[in-house]
Amino acid sequence: MRGEKIHSVRGLTRIYRTGPDEVHALRGVDLDLCSGELVALLGPSGSGKSTLLNLLGGLDRPDGGEIRFRGEALASFDRRALADYRRRHVGFVFQSYNLIPSLTARENVELACDRAARPIAAADALEQVGLSARMDHFPGQLSGGEQQRAAVARAIAKRPELLLCDEPTGALDSRTGVQILELIERCSVELGAATVLVTHNGAIAAMADRVLSLVDGKIVEARRNAPRRKARDISW
Amino acid sequence: MRALPLLERKLLRELRQIAGQAAAIVIVVACAVATAVMSFGVLRSLDAARAQYYERCRFGDLFASLPRAPESAAEAIRRLPGVAGLQTRLVADVAVGLAGTEEPIVARLLSLPERGEPEVNAIVLRRGRFLGADDAPEVIVSESFADAHGLVPGARLSVLVGGRSREMVIVGVALSPEYVYALGPGMIAPDDRRFAIMWTARRVLEGALGASGEFNDLAIRVKDPAALDAVARQVETVLAPYGAADVHGRERQPSHAFVSAMLHQIAGVGRIAPAIFLFVAAFLVHTVLGRLVEAQRQHIGLLKALGIGDAAIGRHYLELALILGAAGIAAGVAAGTILGSGLTRLYAGFFHFPALSFRHDPPSILAACAVAIAAMGLGAYRGVRAVSRLPPALALAPPAPPGYARTWLERLARRGPTVGTLRMVLRHLARFPLRAALTITGLALAVALQIAMLFSFDALDRMIRFHARAEARDFSVGFARPLPSAAIGEVARWPGVVKAEAWRMLPARLGSGGQGRVVNVTGLTQSAALRTLLDAKLGAVPVPRQGLALPGKLASLLGVGVGDSVTLQPLGSPRTLEQPVARIVEQYIGLDAYMDLDALNALLPGEPAISGADLAIDPARRGEFVRALKGNGIVAGISERSAVLASFRDTMVRTLTLIVSFFVAFAGVTASGIAFSSARITLSERGREFATLGALGFSAAEVARILALESAILAAFALALGCLLGVALAWLIVQRLDTELYRVPLVISARTVVITVLVVVAASLLSTWSVARRLRRMDLAAILNARQ
Repeated sequence: MRGEKIHSVRGLTRIYRTGPDEVHALRGVDLDLCSGELVALLGPSGSGKSTLLNLLGGLDRPDGGEIRFRGEALASFDRRALADYRRRHVGFVFQSYNLIPSLTARENVELACDRAARPIAAADALEQVGLSARMDHFPGQLSGGEQQRAAVARAIAKRPELLLCDEPTGALDSRTGVQILELIERCSVELGAATVLVTHNGAIAAMADRVLSLVDGKIVEARRNAPRRKARDISW
Repeated sequence: MRALPLLERKLLRELRQIAGQAAAIVIVVACAVATAVMSFGVLRSLDAARAQYYERCRFGDLFASLPRAPESAAEAIRRLPGVAGLQTRLVADVAVGLAGTEEPIVARLLSLPERGEPEVNAIVLRRGRFLGADDAPEVIVSESFADAHGLVPGARLSVLVGGRSREMVIVGVALSPEYVYALGPGMIAPDDRRFAIMWTARRVLEGALGASGEFNDLAIRVKDPAALDAVARQVETVLAPYGAADVHGRERQPSHAFVSAMLHQIAGVGRIAPAIFLFVAAFLVHTVLGRLVEAQRQHIGLLKALGIGDAAIGRHYLELALILGAAGIAAGVAAGTILGSGLTRLYAGFFHFPALSFRHDPPSILAACAVAIAAMGLGAYRGVRAVSRLPPALALAPPAPPGYARTWLERLARRGPTVGTLRMVLRHLARFPLRAALTITGLALAVALQIAMLFSFDALDRMIRFHARAEARDFSVGFARPLPSAAIGEVARWPGVVKAEAWRMLPARLGSGGQGRVVNVTGLTQSAALRTLLDAKLGAVPVPRQGLALPGKLASLLGVGVGDSVTLQPLGSPRTLEQPVARIVEQYIGLDAYMDLDALNALLPGEPAISGADLAIDPARRGEFVRALKGNGIVAGISERSAVLASFRDTMVRTLTLIVSFFVAFAGVTASGIAFSSARITLSERGREFATLGALGFSAAEVARILALESAILAAFALALGCLLGVALAWLIVQRLDTELYRVPLVISARTVVITVLVVVAASLLSTWSVARRLRRMDLAAILNARQ
């Protein structure tokens, strides 16, 4: 089910330079993202999928091409505007959770919502991810799965228009991983956000509306899953 | 060329990575070593110059002054078993006239023996010749005075001595170990233009003072310094028939005592300051190395897995600390030598030694280096120990995430607005309390050092204000001999004099319970307005109608308080009188007793007399007044208040500015080093956290505010603790400077506190800013996607 177009990406390139070497992480990627859509970026290591995710989230800047968010080119944003873009419109879920260790689960969520227009209360967000009972625990006191739930709660509480999940199950066992995917699936539907899920696991990609396969920085295949698989039916 | 061993190569490359923090450590170690090299070098240089000088000139061990005694008394003293040698002299303070010089000049005129060098207290001739054998009107003058006026042998001056003005010709320029630091009567700092030391033939002074075959001053060398007190008692006994005499050792010889006080002060600074800097250096090494080891866990695991032993790896990190220590020591010795030479040159300007050059003090350099190396080793120890203990498998694995908890600090924070970043900062500080405590202590020590140094200027201001308030007179004149009380009426009619207030000065020995001191007892009139006795708060204390007003220091030396009695024996008089202590007053320089002029006159035989006057002068007629004084036969001594205060301020500012600026700069550098290191470590430890905040949409400025907040909290605690420590340190310095010659008030002005706060705040801000700049360059994506 596709909503309005949120992002449009054209001719995106990104080159990493280490000494004399140049690594072309992205070589002219075109992509549109619509609200309510779950897109999987599938590819092996080094295919450019995380790079694309970082560019979409405004964590990095491209060397060529453009990303437009609701018609505005991200390239025209200065540092502050780009930070504001992330703060208001983007939710991140990382493989390494990246919770602030000195803040409790609830405080981590609260921290992410301070400029959101109509955020979900931190307690509600944590309840949605099944972490009500442990919301006042510090990350160091939570298991990996619980930390990732907290990270999902943090990402969704601001009601982002773009939810970016980079290998969210990479550090988890498969049972816990499936639980996290179910959360992402449910939240993406409930929020109506455009959700991008980076994975190298074809099984996980089956839960997406659309699967974009990347190899050597290019989208080599774009396909639709009809119908998409439920997250709970996925196993690996 | 054989390549460096691999571990050493790794070490050098890593040094480049932590260049900023390494530089901070090197600078702080350099500060510590430089302070030690400078202080102890200057100390040794002054001490050696003084010892050589004393030896060369056979400087006396005992000194006695009294109104008059016959040479036969000296012969009796010479026969005492403990006496190695003695020199009798006539000494008089005289007014000097110098053509083309407006300011009033006073000289201490000392006799030299007819033949040969003095047996004790010889002088060092710098230019010209010694006195001729006859009783020609010749003088030798002190070098500082000659230089101040550009006088050369052959120049003439007039000397008012024994009520008669005499033309004298300068034949030589000399130095004396008695006047390394020369203070004239009524002066509180050396004034080379207005105070001279002069030597003339004994026969000339005998004639002028009518003292043939007599002496009023005696310098003695003893055979055994341990028997000094016994010899002193014997000398007192021999001189007793000629009235009370002031017999004292070197500790109350003004020049010796001033130089000793200065050496004492330098030694104190030389011990305290390096200790502070070394503590800070050890702390920096501890934190920087600890962090480096933590960041290199996986390298260490790898090295261990490759079969490199614990000892080799431990040594590897220890070497890093020692390289930094060695660099700091080298820089410190170089800086200390330059600063020590500068300071020695400065001291040479107002301590008159024949030769004074900077020399190192090898034992203290070695000690400073050893302590520096030990501090570095100790700082590195914990990090190195942690390395050795890690099994390879554990070291290869990422460290466990730090466990946080709610803290008492947070409860404090909760009372205020619940700011997430403040909570993060407080929890982080509470998570590493030892590090926070060490950072605060290091910064606090820098603050304390600054306060303890800057307070010298506050004390100086207070002393100047004190003197300005105590002495409203423009001039004080001393008469060549006591005059009848009625003479004050004539003095009041001198040209330009607006007001004249008489005083009488009586050198006397005050005693109580076996303690005694020879001081000047000054009689002031009840209506005296040109000189005011003050208490410590600068409040006026009236001159008591009966009894004495004593400075607190003198009262405590004599062990008396208000209501107690002391004995008063005028020098040269066999009579001993009882006097009550009526008031305790403040006096920062010297020790003098005060009483009512009429009461003092009543104690003494003969008609009421005065020995000098305080004068207020019409400023427009100052020149006229000074010119009239020169032809006046009754004035032997004169001091001008503005010149006294100016020379005091000038001397103190000259001596203090260099050393205080040096320490304040060092303390500032130290504070910056600590603040930078602390902020840098925070950044390296919490890079992922800050990157996460970046991903959540916090701007670099907002993240930098977290760093700034942490720095500010540490700085605030450090300032509070540092101010307390600074006051304690200043108090210690005040105790150390508390001598019979001078006392320093413990005053810490708002200015001192403000400067200190500004320096620490600036150091913190600058360091935080330099670290925060790195935040802008941080590669968020790389950090966030790295495996934890």
